[in-house]
Amino acid sequence: MQTLNNASAGGIVLAMADRIVENRAYLSEIDGKIGDGDHGVNMAKGFGMAAERLKGKDLSLAASLETLGTILMTEIGGSMGPLYGVMFTEFAEKLEGVDAIDAAAYSRMLHAGLEGIQSIGSAKVGDKTLLDTFVPAVEAFDKAAADGKSFGEALDALVAAAEIGRDSTINLVAKIGRASRLGERSLGVLDAGATSCAIILKELSEGARDRLQ
Amino acid sequence: MQRFVNNPDLVVEDTVSGFVKAHSDIVRLAENPRVVAAKSAPIAGKVGVVTGGGSGHEPAFIGYTGKNMLDAVAVGELFSSPTAKSFHDAIREANGGKGVIVLYGNYAGDNMNVKMATKLAAKDGIEIATVVANDDVCSAPPEEREKRRGVAGEIFMWKIGGAKAATGATLEEVRVTAQKAIDSCRSIGVGLGPCTLPAVGHPNFQIEPGTMEVGIGHHGEPGVRVEPLKTAAEVAKDMCKIVLDDHDLPTGTEVAVLVSGLGATPINELYILNDTIEQEISARGLKIYKTYVGNYFTSLEMVGATLTVMALDPELKELLDVEVRCTTVL
Repeated sequence: MQTLNNASAGGIVLAMADRIVENRAYLSEIDGKIGDGDHGVNMAKGFGMAAERLKGKDLSLAASLETLGTILMTEIGGSMGPLYGVMFTEFAEKLEGVDAIDAAAYSRMLHAGLEGIQSIGSAKVGDKTLLDTFVPAVEAFDKAAADGKSFGEALDALVAAAEIGRDSTINLVAKIGRASRLGERSLGVLDAGATSCAIILKELSEGARDRLQ
Repeated sequence: MQRFVNNPDLVVEDTVSGFVKAHSDIVRLAENPRVVAAKSAPIAGKVGVVTGGGSGHEPAFIGYTGKNMLDAVAVGELFSSPTAKSFHDAIREANGGKGVIVLYGNYAGDNMNVKMATKLAAKDGIEIATVVANDDVCSAPPEEREKRRGVAGEIFMWKIGGAKAATGATLEEVRVTAQKAIDSCRSIGVGLGPCTLPAVGHPNFQIEPGTMEVGIGHHGEPGVRVEPLKTAAEVAKDMCKIVLDDHDLPTGTEVAVLVSGLGATPINELYILNDTIEQEISARGLKIYKTYVGNYFTSLEMVGATLTVMALDPELKELLDVEVRCTTVL
């Protein structure tokens, strides 16, 4: 059975932070079309701070996620600080003490993060938010695992579904958050949160897949 | 970008630092550098009054910290909600043992962060109440008023809530009165030119020359309609119509009027607008009790203005007249 070694996988979070920082301008640009254009700036600030704190520490995946989540929650604010902050701290909590992460543990992690987000936000799938990426991604992972696919294949299914989910927000009308005041005028544009969520899930899951033993 | 900025990522730090230096007789920086507190806070036996919000709206929110107004303010990034931790720390700074009320605007981020801060404060044993401002008429239809954004009406909510708390009222009494204040407010914004977050470097929306956005939000959320720019008198009439149609006040109602610039509109143009606003409001049979004109709640360097009309009753009138000592003249 394929598993991921928790203790040696902290680098995934650093790679994720690099990717968010790289996408700073892009995320702000798409946010600017229907939001206020600061999504990339705030995300890059939070993830960049986390990377600074994690560099050279060689922490476990759980500890790295915990650091990232805490920084987002205490330092970033906005909507994304609490939402991603809760998501990452929930991820961390579920992985805490799990030496070899298998597909079942990964699924528990995903669900805990999703429930954390849903406990503080009020969005539903179809509202043009990060949930449009996250929910189908988790479903695809669980389905692949239930269908007897390997952990690695399930991770690939997750990434593919996350990207389809992200792209689905182009055709959605925003129902929540700043863009929702625009109604129909929010059509035709990607949701910035759904886009950053796809980046996060892709880095996390491809990083995990590449480290499977 | 022609702006006074050092590091674009540190705009808020630098703003708060300069603010506290300028007004050390009225405010102080809390241990958390994202919290500005009144020098007098906390006042034992008084309900603490707190707000918070994104930066870039100066003098809101920090400029309303002071005696008989806000006890502490949580400071966010430009146009971005403060963290739950900052709201929590602001609540602690304001806590005089009689409970703390958080009076804030209806935005997704603020709602989440205040909710989390409230839970944290409850663990400290601090009793918390909240009132969410939703005075921006164009941000949702009347039947969905709970979805509307909070804009410049928040200033009246703070002034009324702050004054009520200063009378020694209980937390519940302050909550009821602050809620009444914001329920009595309706606002509208008109934008003539966009604004730029220094770290982004370019405006995130455009307003074509010769046009205006009616119903624009405080963060440049595009308005509900774009139309050719009209004369000041016609714009003022439109603003009054939208606000007063939504408000539907009985003839003879006394009102307070607040005309605020959005950052880059010359003050004299606000008076030009007010010239017609006064006529329009009076023509509806309403009595203007007090008018405020100036840059009270801005959006960086957006060109434009907002109008807020608050209906008054004897209690609100009395509380509106309570003298405050904050860095903004009210």
